[in-house]
Amino acid sequence: MKQFITFLKKEFAHVLRDRKTLLILFGMPIAQILIFGFALTNEVKNAKIVVVDYANDVSSQKLLRKLEASQYFEIEKTVLSAPEIENAFQAGVVKLALVIPSNFDANLAHDNHAQIQVIADASDPNTANTLTNYVSSIIVDYQQELTRSSGISYRILPETRMLYNPQLKGVYNFVPGVMALVLMLVCVMMTAVSIVREKELGTMEILLVSPFKPLMVVLSKAIPYLLLSLINVAIILLLSVFVLDLPIHGSLLLLFAESTLFIITCLTVGIFISVRTASQQVAMLISLMGMMLPTILFSGFMFPIENMPVALQIISNIVPAKWFYIIVKSIMIKGLGFAGIWKETLILAGITVFLLIVSLKTFKIRLA
Amino acid sequence: MILVVPSVQLSILPLAADYEIKNINIAIVDQDHSSYSQRLISTITSSGYFRLTGMNTSYNGAFSLIEQDAADLILEIPANFEKRIIRENQDKVFIAVNAINGVKANLGAAYLASIVRRFNDDIRLELLPSKGMAQQPIIEVTPTNWFNIHMNYRVFMVPGILAILVTMVGGFLSALNIVKEKEVGTIEQINVTPIRKHHFILGKLIPFWVLGNVVFTVGLLISWLIYGIVPAGNLFVLYGFIGVYLLCVLGLGLLVSTICETQQQAMFIMFFFMMIFILLGGLFTSTDSMPEWAKLVSELNPVTYLIDVMRMIILKGSGFADVSRHLFIVGLFAIGLNTWAVLNYKKTS
Repeated sequence: MKQFITFLKKEFAHVLRDRKTLLILFGMPIAQILIFGFALTNEVKNAKIVVVDYANDVSSQKLLRKLEASQYFEIEKTVLSAPEIENAFQAGVVKLALVIPSNFDANLAHDNHAQIQVIADASDPNTANTLTNYVSSIIVDYQQELTRSSGISYRILPETRMLYNPQLKGVYNFVPGVMALVLMLVCVMMTAVSIVREKELGTMEILLVSPFKPLMVVLSKAIPYLLLSLINVAIILLLSVFVLDLPIHGSLLLLFAESTLFIITCLTVGIFISVRTASQQVAMLISLMGMMLPTILFSGFMFPIENMPVALQIISNIVPAKWFYIIVKSIMIKGLGFAGIWKETLILAGITVFLLIVSLKTFKIRLA
Repeated sequence: MILVVPSVQLSILPLAADYEIKNINIAIVDQDHSSYSQRLISTITSSGYFRLTGMNTSYNGAFSLIEQDAADLILEIPANFEKRIIRENQDKVFIAVNAINGVKANLGAAYLASIVRRFNDDIRLELLPSKGMAQQPIIEVTPTNWFNIHMNYRVFMVPGILAILVTMVGGFLSALNIVKEKEVGTIEQINVTPIRKHHFILGKLIPFWVLGNVVFTVGLLISWLIYGIVPAGNLFVLYGFIGVYLLCVLGLGLLVSTICETQQQAMFIMFFFMMIFILLGGLFTSTDSMPEWAKLVSELNPVTYLIDVMRMIILKGSGFADVSRHLFIVGLFAIGLNTWAVLNYKKTS
């Protein structure tokens, strides 16, 4: 035990001595939370549009003023002809073009029917879709203003309520994802690299010939990162409560317990990688490409899993971060207790035990 | 390894990175069981956007489906729905949405509302056959989608992901390079040779520059073979831009490499910058909707320019004039970063 504590001290010294890495380790979650919380929004605001107003009459002016009054659009300029639209799109600033035909006013007044063409830059399909929807709904609004006097009968009024996140803030989705991402990064990459470094520099041999058990060598490498990660979890939670106003509805203790489980999973993955690799660069590449990307992809916080091809949906089930993401979301936002997440917890624990057994089995006391 | 990993990613990532909102799971609580409510339900299920995952008798039953993530939204049709529409001229339906994912919630609710509106128009037309819709003025909107008529999300993602891959390969490899010599100790040998500083840096830079171009070419081939995306614009302009851009990324990598002592450090610092660059580069979310400070950061972010240019040239066929501003700025970055790296590299420790 005394040996173990000495080793632990050595590892802590290693970790704490490297100030630049430490700075990044703690700077990372802060930067991520700030970026996700404030900079990344999927809603489209201030989209620049061009207008070809062939009509230039009272109704078209009114409609344009309505568009401009909404926060979604900025009318970049009014061009005179259709071919100029393509140039505007190619210059890359404009996302949408609106063509109002001549006689717009007259058509509306006499035939009760007028047309407007909306051309979207669909190289970004989602923005195109969203903007087209916004324009349509503004036009529908305008239309209803016109009909207000006549009155509509037989109405069905949908009453919509947004559960959990009434202001539709993006952070509700991102915070649990950032937690998974940061923990994954710290634990997998740091553990893998710091063990492999000893191999690469040749100091592993010295550790292995010492009377200290090899398993303990690995364990004492993992523990500092476990503590650092728990501090990171605390930082993320503090930031999300106090900076992003995202309350924690469920039990804090349960949240930390589940985080610890996930951290152990990640550490196991890190050890597993380090057992299999011989150089730092390879270890980094594998933890970066093999773990980080699947985490971002398959945890479901950036990309909806249900949209993926079936094969990828199946693969997503073996990514630990996916389960952790569901767990954090359930506890933090939905406020569920252990009864609501035991299944996910069990899966996560299963993955951990499996990886642990495999890496212990393949752990070699001797270097090749 | 350096070529295989990006190729695999380019083949898998766009498949996974599909933001289109479809297959929204809906649970319906029908307390009316009338012909209207049945028709509304079948209109919803046949719309193609929604997947009916539960018919519940109570709101609480449906809500537990939301808690289990089995449903994304609930539609509750109150009792006497049909009667009230006919007798009292109007009635409500209740929609509750799981809004943890705000975008999905918003779009889902909007789709549902528009289906309800269409259903509403239908029954109004039946009840008022003579007056119907003709009475109100109608503005018909005809949407057209340019550059990507099928609204294929992959077409949008592939150039962006290719941009990220080129950045990652160039950035990480160059960042780990000098620092590796430092860690292993071979840097001492180079330091005692009479080689000039900028020759040394250039020598480090050129192989990676070639490699970056190779990765980019492989990426273009993959996007042509798998996704059928052929650059609509001029290839020379594209390669010219990539050439300058690679200098910029490699410069950043070398700079990081001169600052750090261990590979672990270099990798972490590089990762930190990469993450910020990629997130703020407009790959997933448009830079236009960002707040002012983030817009400022993305103006100083070379990745923003690359993603922008890739999409402009490959998808829209923009020409040299359209991207000249991007090229100029990235060129400035390249010069600045490389000069800094050379100045920062000291032969004596």
